[in-house]
Amino acid sequence: MLGLNKKDAGLLFFVAILLVFAPFLLNPFPESSSLAQFNAGYPDLMQRFAIFGIFAIGFNILFGLTGYLSFGHAAFLGAGSYASVWMLKLLTINVIPAIIISTLVAGVFALLIGIVSLRRSGIYFSILTLAFAQMAFALAASVLTPITGGETGLQTALNDPRILDGANETGNIPSPSLFGLETGATWQMPVGDWLFTFNAGYYMCAVMMLIAFYVSLRIFSSPFGLLLKAIKTNQNRLNYTGVSTRPYMLACFVISGMYAGLAGGLMVSMDPLAGAERMQWTASGEVVLMVILGGAGTLIGPVLGAGFIKYFENIFSKINKSVLEGWFSFMPEGLQDIFVTILYPFVGKGWHLTLGVLFMLVVIFLPGGLVEGGKRIGKLFGRRKSKDTETGETNPAPAE
Amino acid sequence: MDQIVLQILNGLDKGSAYALIALGLTLIFGTLGVVNFAHGALFMLGAFCTVTVNRILNLGFVPEGATTQSVGGFNFGSPKETPYLEHWFGEAAGQAIVDWSVPLSILFAIPVMLLIGVIMERGLIKHFYKRPHADQILVTFGLAIVLQEIIKYYYGANQIPAPAPEAFVGSFDFGAMIGMDAGAIIYPYWRIVYFVFALIVISAMFAFLRYTTFGMVVRAGMADRETVTILGINVDRRFTIMFGIAAAVAGLAGVMYTPINSPNYHMGMDFLVISFVVVVVGGMGSLPGAVLAGFLLGILESFASMREVIEFLPGVNQVVIYLAAIVILLTRPRGLMGRAGVMED
Repeated sequence: MLGLNKKDAGLLFFVAILLVFAPFLLNPFPESSSLAQFNAGYPDLMQRFAIFGIFAIGFNILFGLTGYLSFGHAAFLGAGSYASVWMLKLLTINVIPAIIISTLVAGVFALLIGIVSLRRSGIYFSILTLAFAQMAFALAASVLTPITGGETGLQTALNDPRILDGANETGNIPSPSLFGLETGATWQMPVGDWLFTFNAGYYMCAVMMLIAFYVSLRIFSSPFGLLLKAIKTNQNRLNYTGVSTRPYMLACFVISGMYAGLAGGLMVSMDPLAGAERMQWTASGEVVLMVILGGAGTLIGPVLGAGFIKYFENIFSKINKSVLEGWFSFMPEGLQDIFVTILYPFVGKGWHLTLGVLFMLVVIFLPGGLVEGGKRIGKLFGRRKSKDTETGETNPAPAE
Repeated sequence: MDQIVLQILNGLDKGSAYALIALGLTLIFGTLGVVNFAHGALFMLGAFCTVTVNRILNLGFVPEGATTQSVGGFNFGSPKETPYLEHWFGEAAGQAIVDWSVPLSILFAIPVMLLIGVIMERGLIKHFYKRPHADQILVTFGLAIVLQEIIKYYYGANQIPAPAPEAFVGSFDFGAMIGMDAGAIIYPYWRIVYFVFALIVISAMFAFLRYTTFGMVVRAGMADRETVTILGINVDRRFTIMFGIAAAVAGLAGVMYTPINSPNYHMGMDFLVISFVVVVVGGMGSLPGAVLAGFLLGILESFASMREVIEFLPGVNQVVIYLAAIVILLTRPRGLMGRAGVMED
């Protein structure tokens, strides 16, 4: 099907099911129950799942396949965001041109940075990409203010030209739409005590992510992908056999950058605002965390990692001291206090602490990420998979 | 002319911080071959040693019979606390100790940072020697996040001021001292103190490596670990100690930096990115290279911040370090003083 082997097609089908039924799957708890705060089925969060999923899939094409660790990927996301806001401002409020342009601009940006950065590998490559991203961030926040809006960020305004739509001087600022269907449009379906929310923007992101996932499946199984894996395993040997790796690396880097640009464009399509902090190196670090946590070099890992981090970021930030006290209220008082005191630093504002600890644990004990964890648990329960199911995955250990 | 001198001076204090952090990074890389992304967090921990010492010194108690304070009819509730130090040593001596809390923190920071460094190496980094550099970067990056968040939890997200001793507050006229017009170059005292301090630490490090047996073994180990091991020397233990020392150097840089820039929990990350650039520019694994590049980039940054330069090339002050790094990496792949065979592609 679609040029995929059986296993990949199954994976694609699995992701498609997840995406279509996400509003149900993420809302398992009834509204009135105390667990309702763990529901994640609201539009904003679901959009972020899909968008960061795309970002992580793109990063994984670079890091997972070739082992080149880029610490400046957020620059492409930021460049894409700015480009698409400008499209919304200048051309039309329809998001399609914005998304296309954001992908292209990020691609060009990645090409320029890639030409320079890919002259080196290893830690030098990481530092070079980091340097470029930090430069982009610093410039966007200061000198390029006319283009980027500086510290306050760039957003659509009432008196933008919008050539195709015709300028409107009165009324509200139009919100981004897909041929008239606003991306913020939602439809709610109450079923008993449950309330399911369907959002136009989310489904647009979901379709994009499905396409992105499909492309990544094809890249992983293509001869091009095989060559990238060979670069990761041993670049020298490849050079000795007479293969020039530079064009392949560059193509891979640009594709990866375009994914980030697409994610940026979608982000703007959901909320027409772009700020410089999107380019900061902490944002680049976040996507690294997602991919590693999910499992670098695996197909489904980045998607899982992105969903995992975004979900727990939201949920953990909501837990406060009284919620914790509620949980441990069944315990005797002293014990309750002890547990609350121990756990409190990890929730609420301390989410990053949890993330850091979790990330370290994954890197130390589970270099293959969640995917490897799932496999190990699977083995533990004696469900031995046949050998051929595992050959589709690349070796999770990154090369030097 | 005075502009040039002024910018060089301005670059020195930042350059000193870069040089100190980069020195530690290079030591760790040269000895253990580990790329330590948590080094900025060590700098930050050092700065928070100062904050801790400051708080300890200001601990007080309520003297018996003290009445509640009231100013102009307003009642402030609790009675005034008397710091223990003032109680023990008398008012003048007690206040002097509190006043000198930043330099005093050095005494506190050295053992603490050594301990943290050794624990870090034994507890975590040790298990990553055989793993790829990407894994080392990732795990130390995670550690940096954890350390940063712990500090944020206990000390809050705001900057905490830690003033320099009274004697070093203010500026002096450097121009007049070197025979230029009075008032041309005004320079804060503490920055000179910081620069001199950095020079002392750096020279001490180099002397330690150059003239002690311990340093000799460490240098031998850096050059050829296997041979030194075969000769029956426990290189691992010495490298662990070197990791502690590198952590202490970063910590001391942080301690003394507090009066220049009030510490907050993410200061380490801000310095780390630049320090990595410094290390790479200086040449991976080259100690003199790291120090040289630290000062050079610090001075370069301050020159780029001159008004004339900014008018000519807007925004250059923000990016000059990265630009320099890109140019140097592309023209001199090993950095300024890099050795062959270290982290070669």
